[in-house]
Amino acid sequence: MVVGRQPSSHDLDQLFGALADATRRDILARVMDADASVSELAARYAMSFAAVQKHVAVLERARLVTKRKDGRAQRVAGNPDAVRKANRLLAQFEERWRTRVARLDALLATDHNAARGRPAADKQRRPACPSSTSRRTPRP
Amino acid sequence: MPVVDIQKDTKALTMKVVAQFAAPVARVWAAYADPRQLERFWGPPQWPATFTRHDFTVGGRSEYYMTGPKGEKSAGYWEFLSIDEPHAFEVKDGFLGADGQADAKMPSMRMRFTFEPHDGGTRMTTVTHFPSLEALEQLLNMGMEEGLKAAMAQIDGVLAAS
Repeated sequence: MVVGRQPSSHDLDQLFGALADATRRDILARVMDADASVSELAARYAMSFAAVQKHVAVLERARLVTKRKDGRAQRVAGNPDAVRKANRLLAQFEERWRTRVARLDALLATDHNAARGRPAADKQRRPACPSSTSRRTPRP
Repeated sequence: MPVVDIQKDTKALTMKVVAQFAAPVARVWAAYADPRQLERFWGPPQWPATFTRHDFTVGGRSEYYMTGPKGEKSAGYWEFLSIDEPHAFEVKDGFLGADGQADAKMPSMRMRFTFEPHDGGTRMTTVTHFPSLEALEQLLNMGMEEGLKAAMAQIDGVLAAS
């Protein structure tokens, strides 16, 4: 399969639940750049310390961030593995789009070739696919 | 290269693809409006897409299936959320269940296409929003690493011949 090891559906539920909230995505983005304490994070949002702490706990359960004690403060750090996974998936999606765009480009180029009386270069043409709307320039 | 730029946002789970085509806007639009043309490039080459319905109107619906190398089928639908011909359209892309109805257990994604005249041709920008990593994973699993690899080889062949 495309993505290798499949995490359990429970893992996935936690991961996507965690990422479904804009504040949590923002917290994740910040701590991916640099560790922060919960109080530093709380100072950036119009919500209580406790509310921010809850968001951090959700991210921690989904293993998107880790927490460690630093004196009396708790430092929050991003977990690059989770972000790497999203990156890998998006890279696969990117490949699919590159293919799609290249094929569309080849399809558009067949107009040009047909107009010049050369055979179409698109090998993907399906046989027996009549169309009332597709434009086929007649060959001379 | 027709692809000009690709921007991925790992945290917001969006991907933007910018492509440049030599053809005018109306011609590129027609490639999406005509299902016979659309299916020539939409599915990966080893998983060609067949559109059985293409109701290109706001609120309208398209239905398609992709057929794998072993005859496997995976069915999906588009629901047209907005259309501003020939500049932009937006669809919800989801899975169809065996009963032909939208499969609510499977994820859907939102795709916005815009077409602008640029440099004597057309600049196409598509932005895809994934609801979650899981959705992205399931959508990718719908098609097929093998197909993807074969696609790359085939495209090279097509481009070399043109």
